[in-house]
Amino acid sequence: MFRSHILVCGGTGCTSGNSMKIYDALVDRIQKEGLEKEVHVTKTGCFGLCAYGPIMIVYPEGAFYSQVKVEDVDEIVNEHIIKGRIVTRLLYKETVGEDGTIKALNDTNFYKKQHRVALRNCGVINPEKIEEYIAYDGYEALGKVLTEMTPQDVIDVISKSGLRGRGGAGFPTGRKWQFAKNSVGDKKYVCCNADEGDPGAFMDRSILEGDPHAVIEAMAIAAYAIGSDQGYIYVRAEYPIAVQRLTIAIKQAREYGLLGKNIFGTKFCFDLDIRLGAGAFVCGEETALMTSIEGHRGEPRPRPPFPAVKGLFGKPTILNNVETYANIPQIILKGADWFASMGTEKSRGTKVFALGGKIHNTGLVEIPMGTTMREIIYDIGGGCPNGKKFKAAQTGGPSGGCIPAHLIDTPIDYDNLIAIGSMMGSGGLIVMDEDNCMVDIAKFFLEFTVDESCGKCTACRIGTKRLYEMLCKVTDGTATMEDLDKMEELCYYIKENSLCGLGQTAPNPVLSTLHYFRDEYEAHVRDKRCPAGVCKKLLRYQIVADKCKGCTLCARNCPVGAITGTVKEPHVIDPNKCIKCGVCMEKCRFGAIIKA
Amino acid sequence: MVHLKINNIPVEVKEGSTILEAAKVAGINIPTLCYLKEINEIGACRVCVCEVKGARSLVAACVYPVNEGMEVFTNTEKVRKSRKTTLELLLSDHKKECLSCVRSTNCELQKLSNEYGCDENRFKGARTECEQDTSTSYLVRDNEKCILCRRCVAVCKHVQDVAVIAPARRGFNTHIACAFESDLADAPCVACGQCVAVCPTGALHEREEIDNVRDAINNPEKVVIVAAAPAVRAAIGEEFGYPIGTNTEGKMFTAMRMLGFDKVFDVNFGADLTILEEANELLDRVSNKGVLPMFTSCSPGWIRYVEYYYPELIPNLSSCKSPMQMCGAAIKTYWAQKEGIDPKNIYFVGIMPCTAKKFEKTRQNEAASGYPDVDAVLTTRELAKMIKTSGIIYNELPDGTFDNPLGEFTGAGVIFGATGGVMEAALRTAAEKITGKPLDNIDFKAVRGIKGIKEAEYDLNGTKVKVAVASGLTNAKKLCEKIKKGECDYTFVEVMCCPGGCVNGGGQPIQSAYVRRNTDLRSKRAKALYDEDKKSAIRKSHENEAVLKLYEEFFGAPGSHKAHEILHTSYVDRKKK
Repeated sequence: MFRSHILVCGGTGCTSGNSMKIYDALVDRIQKEGLEKEVHVTKTGCFGLCAYGPIMIVYPEGAFYSQVKVEDVDEIVNEHIIKGRIVTRLLYKETVGEDGTIKALNDTNFYKKQHRVALRNCGVINPEKIEEYIAYDGYEALGKVLTEMTPQDVIDVISKSGLRGRGGAGFPTGRKWQFAKNSVGDKKYVCCNADEGDPGAFMDRSILEGDPHAVIEAMAIAAYAIGSDQGYIYVRAEYPIAVQRLTIAIKQAREYGLLGKNIFGTKFCFDLDIRLGAGAFVCGEETALMTSIEGHRGEPRPRPPFPAVKGLFGKPTILNNVETYANIPQIILKGADWFASMGTEKSRGTKVFALGGKIHNTGLVEIPMGTTMREIIYDIGGGCPNGKKFKAAQTGGPSGGCIPAHLIDTPIDYDNLIAIGSMMGSGGLIVMDEDNCMVDIAKFFLEFTVDESCGKCTACRIGTKRLYEMLCKVTDGTATMEDLDKMEELCYYIKENSLCGLGQTAPNPVLSTLHYFRDEYEAHVRDKRCPAGVCKKLLRYQIVADKCKGCTLCARNCPVGAITGTVKEPHVIDPNKCIKCGVCMEKCRFGAIIKA
Repeated sequence: MVHLKINNIPVEVKEGSTILEAAKVAGINIPTLCYLKEINEIGACRVCVCEVKGARSLVAACVYPVNEGMEVFTNTEKVRKSRKTTLELLLSDHKKECLSCVRSTNCELQKLSNEYGCDENRFKGARTECEQDTSTSYLVRDNEKCILCRRCVAVCKHVQDVAVIAPARRGFNTHIACAFESDLADAPCVACGQCVAVCPTGALHEREEIDNVRDAINNPEKVVIVAAAPAVRAAIGEEFGYPIGTNTEGKMFTAMRMLGFDKVFDVNFGADLTILEEANELLDRVSNKGVLPMFTSCSPGWIRYVEYYYPELIPNLSSCKSPMQMCGAAIKTYWAQKEGIDPKNIYFVGIMPCTAKKFEKTRQNEAASGYPDVDAVLTTRELAKMIKTSGIIYNELPDGTFDNPLGEFTGAGVIFGATGGVMEAALRTAAEKITGKPLDNIDFKAVRGIKGIKEAEYDLNGTKVKVAVASGLTNAKKLCEKIKKGECDYTFVEVMCCPGGCVNGGGQPIQSAYVRRNTDLRSKRAKALYDEDKKSAIRKSHENEAVLKLYEEFFGAPGSHKAHEILHTSYVDRKKK
């Protein structure tokens, strides 16, 4: 028995903030003090509150230290571990009450509205120790399935739970499994899509880093349900920690007989291997992913035939996303009704979102379906920083759309998001404030798609490129009003004519911004003006004569000598020379320089 | 059977049919660009999109399977507009040299753009910029005209088992390239030109030699001799509007003379000569326990395939030069001597259904007179182009004939142009040599037809001869593997690089994917050759008077020392070690 447990976050965010050095320093100090039998230091997966990393938590007090530095380790050990005095200055400020008492983490705004199912073990257990997973009911669901349930029972439970694919399209998981079960084949495959590629989304990564066994267990359950004996996890090579922890987890599961032959003493055999992706976004599309596993250039192929009939190596295959799998063991253990009790009528359960962009608490949150955007952005996310006004949120990454401020009370589920022109996607949620130009945002996402298009079909290969060029015309101020109509027409063409989901959804950011922020587009086209002051070609830096004191600071800092004037007289910017770097505005002490 | 409606017309088709196939049954054509039946079924170009009732988006008719009760619409406003936009997008990234392009009027993109009334300037923007690959002696790739249909990639991989080209990079930067973007000359390409034959646009074409030939004709010092391969006569008419499978040999001879060639000989003569040498070599290998099975060596693409991919089987290749090279060698030695002309002043032009021949003429040991056996190779298409640019009204020409002595040929020489033809010609001669008696029936039908691999066994006076015939390198590979593993005991194996043999060679007139899937191109062209054979008075190579005279006056006998020096060659192991 240990008297104290120190959990250090080993997720990617905190690791890049040096949390592993903090972990090493802690282990080192504890050993030096001879406390290794009393104090247990362990690394866990992601806690979710990435904005405040590196994070650690010390039990039994539940002290949640945020933004810890290696230099803080001595103080934490000396004060907290040895003397029992919590280091208040390092506590996450929300956990400190007005009277100085420490609140439980789950009472803070960030965690209060969350409901962790897929993320339940992240930040709780050491992902590199199968024993810890087992201690938290790990592999119990697999045992139950293999010894008490028929494959059809399993599919019935999953169907009844209402679980839908968390990768983006939201296809009912039970139905997918049923198709694969019904397909006749001498060999079937179970695949896991861990090729998370949306900019700003990292929930799958966190699950693999924080709770890899949940995915392995779920894949074994799926294999049992459809009659497969081989699985593949397709994971990005850019996720080194996830790959490493998965590798360890698979090895441990094999050692424990939880993968391999005759699992739990039954006739069921199942093993799985990791396949590394080279980082192509399109390989997140199911047929492209399978083509890539087969060793070919990662490109989608036409459907039908669907993977459940003819998938990997031409055999019946199911492919689910990491987060979808992470829900499975819980559903088996707690029952379909428990899962279905969360969420909305057509979107059951919870969903993990990666909060990013102009939001206070960037990080990972898991909320019941049906939670409103307002609750996520304001209550959990803490709103936009620096008192800026919320303008829109993008869900679904480059395949999704922008949701404007007036729709902020929409309850989030699959169907509502589609209805307002966006989509769930894998759960990236990027917040934009008044400083963001919506045309620029659309351009940003489309540039990503243009770059990531595989180049196979004409509609996506050339269509998205032309669309991007049209957007550039808008941000350059050279587009006409007819161009806006042409753009919209091209958007619908690309959606209708593309071979795969990547192209079919690529125009969504453009269409949704055109729909909700047409005035901004028109300002660019008609008035040659970027209302948010982002599009460089349309910017004019000007000096307000009344405010200028003639201090010459701007002129001295201008890198191209575009500012002239005599001392103590108002200065002038030559627009022909100005490169719009903004240095003058930054340097001016009198607020005399404005963007127009 | 599946029942569906296409544009409200009820149709009944086999299960597993595509919308494209079902539409054809209903008398409806759906345009395609990337689709090549059984070779390239990838649904990439999106020109064949249709509306299906209940479907979320438009579907690609070429790959979408029909199902019971389906309702398809191929001609709605939305469909027409979509197809038009797809074509306009393709045009926006296309080097539009249509007026002068080698494929003008025979370009699938041009034809569709015209039919759909496309505005070639509707979309403007960045264009693919790629240097042409002119690294080889036989082929030019201009990716600025490529529409990325990948028909070339598919034919190279699935039909020829060579796969030297593939898409490189991605998105708008995607282009077809060799591994690591190397030059085609540095890739193990067999030069077959099947990629050219299936290219819908002008992105691929042969390396033209028309100017060199015209220079030679215009040079008073040169005696310019032309000879066409067997398969050329069965297809050149297509370039002038004749139905597929029309033999226009007579007009071809007349046109060649009008072009200014000094002599019109015939590679069919070379084919007969090849049979005598090859039959002799085969009998020699059989009686002296040489390496068996013996492979034919007429097809330069096949030779390159063995050199690159099966060098261990090089000893199985007959050492005979190809009919074209034999022609050139005989012209520049025997005929030059007979006519008292310095071979240096002879310029020999082969007219070939083939792009690999352009490489073959540059091989080592192919210069019997001290000068290259062959100076220039024009494809069937190039000859047609020369005829057109010379103002010759091909269709109205009277039939002409070849010159002697190196023009005369037998029916056996003619059928070299079809898969199984060389085998049949060789069997006619070998059988009579072994048995010493004239054959009752000289039609060896088991080796005819367009099947990829054909096998037959003959009892020639107690000698059992087991033969195999393959065309298309995927089929050749199957035979090579069997032979390597010792799973067969063939005596003689004929391989033609191109599927169906030379009639379907990479230098033949280009037919659209639509024609290719609705017409049995290979059989029709082959039939033209078998018909000529049937009509021929002499149908066995060893009865060709001119060939017999050649041996009498010059070589002595097949396989003589002199014949070996002039009519045989050697091969190179090209496999990357």
